[in-house]
Amino acid sequence: MKGFSWSRWIGIMLKEFIQLRRDRLTFGMIIGIPVMQLMLFGFAINSDPKSLPTAVISADNSSLARSIVAGLKNSGYFRIVREISSEAEADRQITEGEVQFVVHIPENLARRVVRGERPALLIEADATDPSATANAVSALSGIGRTALAREFTGPLARLAPLPDPLDIRVHRRFNPEGVTQYNIVPGLLGVILTMTMVLMNGLAMTRERERGTFENLLATPAQPVEVMTGKLVPYILIGLLQVSLVLLAAHFIFHVPMQGSLLAIYAVVLLFIAANLTLGITFSTLARNQLQAMQMTFFYFLPSILLSGFMFPFRGMPGWAQVLGNLLPLTHFLRLVRGLMLKGSAAAELWPDIWPLLAFMLVVMAAGLRFYRRTLD
Amino acid sequence: MSAGDLAIDVQQLNKHFGDKHVVKDLSLSVRRGEIYGFLGPNGSGKTTSIRMLCGLLTPDSGSGTCLGHDVIRDTAAIKREVGYMTQRFSLWEDLNLRENLDFIARMYGMRERRRAVDEALENLGLAARQKQLAGALSGGWKQRLALAACMLHKPRLLLLDEPTAGVDPKARRDFWQAIHELAADGISVLVSTHYMDEAERCHRLAYIAYGNLLASGTAASIIEQQKLSTWSVSGADLAALAQQLQGMPGVAQITPFGNTLHVTGRDEQALAASVARLAENSAQRWERIQPGLEDVFIALMEGTAQS
Ligand SMILES: Nc1ncnc2c1ncn2[C@@H]1O[C@H](COP(=O)(O)OP(=O)(O)OP(=O)(O)O)[C@@H](O)[C@H]1O
Ligand SMILES: [Mg+2]
Repeated sequence: MKGFSWSRWIGIMLKEFIQLRRDRLTFGMIIGIPVMQLMLFGFAINSDPKSLPTAVISADNSSLARSIVAGLKNSGYFRIVREISSEAEADRQITEGEVQFVVHIPENLARRVVRGERPALLIEADATDPSATANAVSALSGIGRTALAREFTGPLARLAPLPDPLDIRVHRRFNPEGVTQYNIVPGLLGVILTMTMVLMNGLAMTRERERGTFENLLATPAQPVEVMTGKLVPYILIGLLQVSLVLLAAHFIFHVPMQGSLLAIYAVVLLFIAANLTLGITFSTLARNQLQAMQMTFFYFLPSILLSGFMFPFRGMPGWAQVLGNLLPLTHFLRLVRGLMLKGSAAAELWPDIWPLLAFMLVVMAAGLRFYRRTLD
Repeated sequence: MSAGDLAIDVQQLNKHFGDKHVVKDLSLSVRRGEIYGFLGPNGSGKTTSIRMLCGLLTPDSGSGTCLGHDVIRDTAAIKREVGYMTQRFSLWEDLNLRENLDFIARMYGMRERRRAVDEALENLGLAARQKQLAGALSGGWKQRLALAACMLHKPRLLLLDEPTAGVDPKARRDFWQAIHELAADGISVLVSTHYMDEAERCHRLAYIAYGNLLASGTAASIIEQQKLSTWSVSGADLAALAQQLQGMPGVAQITPFGNTLHVTGRDEQALAASVARLAENSAQRWERIQPGLEDVFIALMEGTAQS
């Protein structure tokens, strides 16, 4: 690059560091956003919610049926809020979110168990938030067995049925894909980075313009490339700090497995940070003021969350939405990190999601340099 | 005069903002080692002109050189050798004094940065407060810091946009003394100001109003060119007198100067007749004086405002 000066570049970087250090609010945001999001999402992910409101439709009045209901209660996961009698009522309750589960106990349950017919016990679950119901659902089969064991004691022990006397069917409604909890922590990593990196860097240049210091900067021999890239460095470190926070929480609080190498994860993270920062700084060359930069960021943030596979399963989206999603760095980052953390993917498997990030960065950087205002015009 | 003697030499610069023609056919030449004053009412285009000279704005048309570099094509070279002080404080308020100066020194790739910064702080008398944030300085001190910052890299040409606005008299005098010393060393200075006493300390002046260059030259020659005649009147009831003078033949402007009133006009005879009529039966004391720069500038400004 013609006339690029490392000493100027370092000067710009140092200045940004100092300013950032003095900007309490931004600094608070850097730590606050990951912590807050981890808390919010984290509790939904893994807090193993108990006492979920449950309705029971019982067509059988045997002590076995009562024992099953008691077992549900005792597991701690289910809180029986009401017994209802009609299917329509059950449907209304679950649709409106009054209850999370509806347990259907069929007619002649006890008799059919004794006959070894393996009657079906249907559990409807509101799986809108699959992580909220996952543990409760997995507790079910145990409950059935315990209840039966309790009933068939003494002289009835002889009748003690087959090892698996009940056919427990869970009907997951509203979210059949059942995104697992582990999917969310890596996703959170990408979302936090997207939000803070684009936003903070988006403000970096517009702040200079709004405060009038841009005129001074422009009057010096500093070059656009030096300014743009020099301003990135402090934010890269901040991004890495955020990532470390999330990874630590993922490991120690949420026990997310870590299949791939930490080094590979950081390498991918670095690439993703760079892509987001480039976008941020390009936004800030386009925006006239901080408000505009903020608006641009949110304009970008929304599709990133919706179309990247963070919120909804990527494969479930219509074709055009997948095409759009593939243009977003977050989409590729999610695949990369999920691949690395959960599957331990190898480098060659990662490449299809690495080059789009590189391409994105180059294109955006070129646009940023193109629109960087060299004058006050 | 050869081109090498001119620090600034531009012809026919024009600048529009939207459909507003802000600078019209501006031609300026500033010699090496000269202090050139740039005057004009608010919004007349001074800042815009200065920005075009240092490459911060691209002229719509026109040509010229600044320190021998083309003002359109060679802006990078100009930026390296020019010190520009903005009208509005534009250093970083969230950096302390030393950090600000150090940053500027880095931008100009200065060797011996530390020493230069130490020296600048020492000269400013701010060495003890170097850890203070620039934003916490008073207005006048901000100006002085900005001035020190733009001179840090020892530029050959200084473009100063109202450098002494809000600066106390002692500091202003020190500033002008420093400027004259620099000029003696061959550094050229283009300085915009609204203060008449400062205008008089410049070697040459340019007066611009509504984008038009109306007069230029030494203070004496500008006064000479305008052919104004001015009377000073002192005594009681000046306010009533001013009312009376309004609209009398030959009277173009009436300006209060402390306990006196300056009455100025272009038509010497008509003005003298009017004055004679008023002076006949009044207690006020009339005196014919040399018009000052301020009289001239106000006359120029009113002349263009009317047209
Ligand atoms: N970026 C801009 N966009 C639009 N109009 C502008 C811009 N900068 C300046 N102007 C207009 O150009 C005219 C000249 O402004 P300029 O700042 O050059 O005046 P000035 O002589 O420096 O005034 P002052 O003495 O108040 O500093 C003004 O009418 C101003 O409104
Ligand atoms: Mg101005």
